[in-house]
Amino acid sequence: MRRHVNAHARTAIGAVLATCLLVLAIPVQAAGDAAAGQALYQAKCGGCHSLEANRIGPAHRGVVGRKIASAPGFAYSPAIRKLTGIWTTARLDQWLQGPQKMAPGSKMYLNVPDQTQRANIIAWLAANPAKR
Amino acid sequence: MTDTFDPISLGRRALFRTGGMAAAGLGLASLGAPLMAAPKHTMHKKSSAMEGDIGVLQGALALEHEGIAAYRIAGGSGLLSKGVLDVALVFLGHHQGHRDSLAKLISEAGGKPVEPKSDAEYIKALNIASLKSEGDVVKFAAGLEQGAANAYVGQVAALQDHQLAHLFAQLGTDEAVHWAILNNAAGGSIAKAPYLFG
Ligand code: HEC
Repeated sequence: MRRHVNAHARTAIGAVLATCLLVLAIPVQAAGDAAAGQALYQAKCGGCHSLEANRIGPAHRGVVGRKIASAPGFAYSPAIRKLTGIWTTARLDQWLQGPQKMAPGSKMYLNVPDQTQRANIIAWLAANPAKR
Repeated sequence: MTDTFDPISLGRRALFRTGGMAAAGLGLASLGAPLMAAPKHTMHKKSSAMEGDIGVLQGALALEHEGIAAYRIAGGSGLLSKGVLDVALVFLGHHQGHRDSLAKLISEAGGKPVEPKSDAEYIKALNIASLKSEGDVVKFAAGLEQGAANAYVGQVAALQDHQLAHLFAQLGTDEAVHWAILNNAAGGSIAKAPYLFG
């Protein structure tokens, strides 16, 4: 039920956004559904990651906007440490389509082929910024 | 009447119902008649593809180490009743078996199997101290098993070696069975759409 409402709301927001885009010609990435993303995150990433702690993979709180490979205390691979800059939603989307393509030899191998799932997971990550 | 809306006591009843199934499983295991022979996978050649596969195996081994610690620590917490503890110990045994197969494969391929972290690290990272009841432990374990099943299924496509892909299917389905039993015990629901793991 909630899904439907959300889908309609998204469509409406999407239409408004599309109009803005036409008018302003500013590229805006379609935002995912953070609530759906939370469940997906727990299911698909929760074996290795959590927001607050380094586990098999690094802690994720505040990852959007964070320097790549910069979670304190995590032993990153040389492959991911070669990447420069910060995690934007676009780069996270690229990462989740193939960490081995983006950083061959990285210690992460899991892909999320579904675009909507990726957008929702990234929305959940963005909804959990660093604590001040 | 009183426990109608209490997911934990509902969960407990559910786990006791499944206790019979678990006991049957235990019987089989103690008779020394496992359903399937332990996997006999091997890795020989060393190539860059193999390096990748070793990397996937190392991640899987780290995940099993964490699962073993979680079951061991939560199992020793005194929060679990006998029936639940018996089931948890069966699952712990599976994870130890997984660990042994993965470590052996990594060594045979010339790698150095990752070591477990300290209990203190696992307790902190998994926030184990926050678990206050049997219901909490069952839900927590269900979450770990779901993550593990997805991690295995989600990495099959990254493996070059077909025998390892088969091993990952075995590992993932073991975790899926653990998840199903724990999720049922915790009174969790199941998605209507197919493909529960991926
Ligand atoms: C099987 C374990 C595993 C799973 C499952 C997994 N990851 Fe990872 N992830 C890792 C590891 C290990 C690293 C560190 C990579 C390196 O050092 O090369 C990592 C790194 C990352 C990074 C880089 C973070 C940073 O600090 O630079 C992001 C982002 C990430 N993972 C997102 C995800 C998301 C989202 C999911 C779920 C869809 C996921 N991962 C599932 C193991 C995993």
